[in-house]
Amino acid sequence: MTIRGRAALAAGSAARWASRVTGRGAGAMIGGLVAMTLDKSILGQLGAGRRTVIVTGTNGKSTTTRMTAAALATIAPVATNAEGANMDAGLVSALAGSREAALAALEVDEMHVPHVCDAVHPEVIVLLNLSRDQLDRVGEINHIERTLRAGLARHPDAVVVANCDDVLMTSAAYDCPRVVWVAAGGGWANDSVSCPRSGEVIVRDGSHWYSTGTDFKRPTPQWWFDEVNLYGPDGLTLPMRLSLPGTVNRGNAAQAVAAAVALGADPAAAVAAVSTVDEVAGRYRTVPMGEHTARILLAKNPAGWQEALSMVDKSADGVVIAVNGQVPDGEDLSWLWDVNFEHFEGVPVVAAGERGTDLAVRLGYAGVPHTLVHNTIDAITSCPKGHVEVVANYTAFLQLSRTLGRMARNDG
Amino acid sequence: MADSTVRIGLVLPDVMGTYGDGGNAVVLRQRLRLRGIAAEIVEITLADPVPDSLDLYTLGGAEDYAQRLATKHFLTHQGLQRAAAGGAPVLAICAAIQVLGHWYETSAGERVDGVGLLDVTTSPQEKRTIGEVVSTPLVDGLSQPLTGFENHRGGTVLGPDARPLAAVVKGAGNRDGDGYDGAVQGSVVATYLHGPCLARNPELADLLLSNVVGPLPPLELPEVEQLRRERLAAPRRV
Repeated sequence: MTIRGRAALAAGSAARWASRVTGRGAGAMIGGLVAMTLDKSILGQLGAGRRTVIVTGTNGKSTTTRMTAAALATIAPVATNAEGANMDAGLVSALAGSREAALAALEVDEMHVPHVCDAVHPEVIVLLNLSRDQLDRVGEINHIERTLRAGLARHPDAVVVANCDDVLMTSAAYDCPRVVWVAAGGGWANDSVSCPRSGEVIVRDGSHWYSTGTDFKRPTPQWWFDEVNLYGPDGLTLPMRLSLPGTVNRGNAAQAVAAAVALGADPAAAVAAVSTVDEVAGRYRTVPMGEHTARILLAKNPAGWQEALSMVDKSADGVVIAVNGQVPDGEDLSWLWDVNFEHFEGVPVVAAGERGTDLAVRLGYAGVPHTLVHNTIDAITSCPKGHVEVVANYTAFLQLSRTLGRMARNDG
Repeated sequence: MADSTVRIGLVLPDVMGTYGDGGNAVVLRQRLRLRGIAAEIVEITLADPVPDSLDLYTLGGAEDYAQRLATKHFLTHQGLQRAAAGGAPVLAICAAIQVLGHWYETSAGERVDGVGLLDVTTSPQEKRTIGEVVSTPLVDGLSQPLTGFENHRGGTVLGPDARPLAAVVKGAGNRDGDGYDGAVQGSVVATYLHGPCLARNPELADLLLSNVVGPLPPLELPEVEQLRRERLAAPRRV
């Protein structure tokens, strides 16, 4: 590490401490931001000498990174951005916080992957899925795929662990010399009906898919899973029982295990490690709230909503769905109509959040019985006594987490 | 009409439905069912020829490649054009305006022939126009302000055979600076508003439906009125 790099890190850690003690944030971003302003090469210096796994995709980044870190920890200490800050500043902060760790598991925003790869030279790059994020903020999904593809082309030595059920991620990885294909699932096909390589139609036939415009089709996976087992190369079959709910998390686990095995982890130990993950930055946890307990699920975009809604336990005493439309959520909530709420028919739902009215109208036209209570805490307490399932989008989730944290502190 | 099922065509939801536009078909169907009129949605995908036998049609937004696939499909199967010529209402949202026009120019500068149902042409604007829109309708049968969300790069210019749907109060509409949104020509109603459009504008939904089933009794949906109040008051951020 250069003298300038060390000075930059020291300044960053002072800012991080100041951010924490003044209560302005968790500190992850600000420390990295200060260090980066002072020395632009800091990310590369911090990455040097480590064996790094990068995890990217629209959905499942934090969960898969958390699982990858758990699986890698069976080999050696791991640096990871557990706070979910997935752009340069967050990465610098995570790496600076664990200088001695020989391994790193880093969640990286899709558009930041190329230059982060150039800086840290990852040994493994995990590609989860690509779908539309907030409609009014992010550019076209095909542009993101082409950016990833170009970035990966500069790193032919890296092992790419890619989801072959996702057409766009398959395209991003298709030309890479070292790919491990994982059938991680792809429930949201709406954004990939046209071939990213030819513009022609993608035809789907069961789990298989192929392009009608060029030689581009679903590769045969080396890893796949069912409700019971994880299957890998050479007949590997391992029972897999996760703490996290949902099929989508079994897919995330499959990619995390494949990534850790690519770095030399024992497959059985890796599966055992990912199975212990039961909370990801406050998500999936169950919190007591007076007469209620609430399990909190986060959904950030159409694909994420469909996944989160499929995890909702419909036998719960109440279901609360909280929707905001702030800038980080995207102001355009038209995707509410792309999500299938019709299967809640017969399950009373409380529509909540700053844009709860948009959701209430959607539920009304879907024929779902519902009430409208904008404040999410009030929405939870309006449910019959017992367990409440809560699904929230990004800023609604943050608001709820903060309020719950405050309530817990006041109780203690 | 009352004893037969109204069939609503949801046209190419697999390529044209970027902004929840399938919701327009759901709103149309539910607004009939809530009044005791049988209705169903017929999805027409790229695998199907477009039938000319449906009662009304909704088309949604799309992005580059998908828009081109849709255009090709309409030119191959002319069911939508025949149905429109027969007076079936057609609701075209966002990129569907461009597809139904004479031609549109892609962001790469290539000119693509459209379907020709609307006397409009589209070229890229300098930058995307994104945000909440409020407009004052300019057609008979609509008295309430229209509300929606726009997100498009293409700027559309109307020829003499197409009339604008509305005058823009907030936002850009067809082309930033021109002051109009949408196009009306024959039985085709087009707009850049999504959200989806009919969820926020029940009067427009009922106007399209009444062209199929005749005059409709009012339908009180307080949450829809509340949503309209909230969105009409919402600031445009950009």
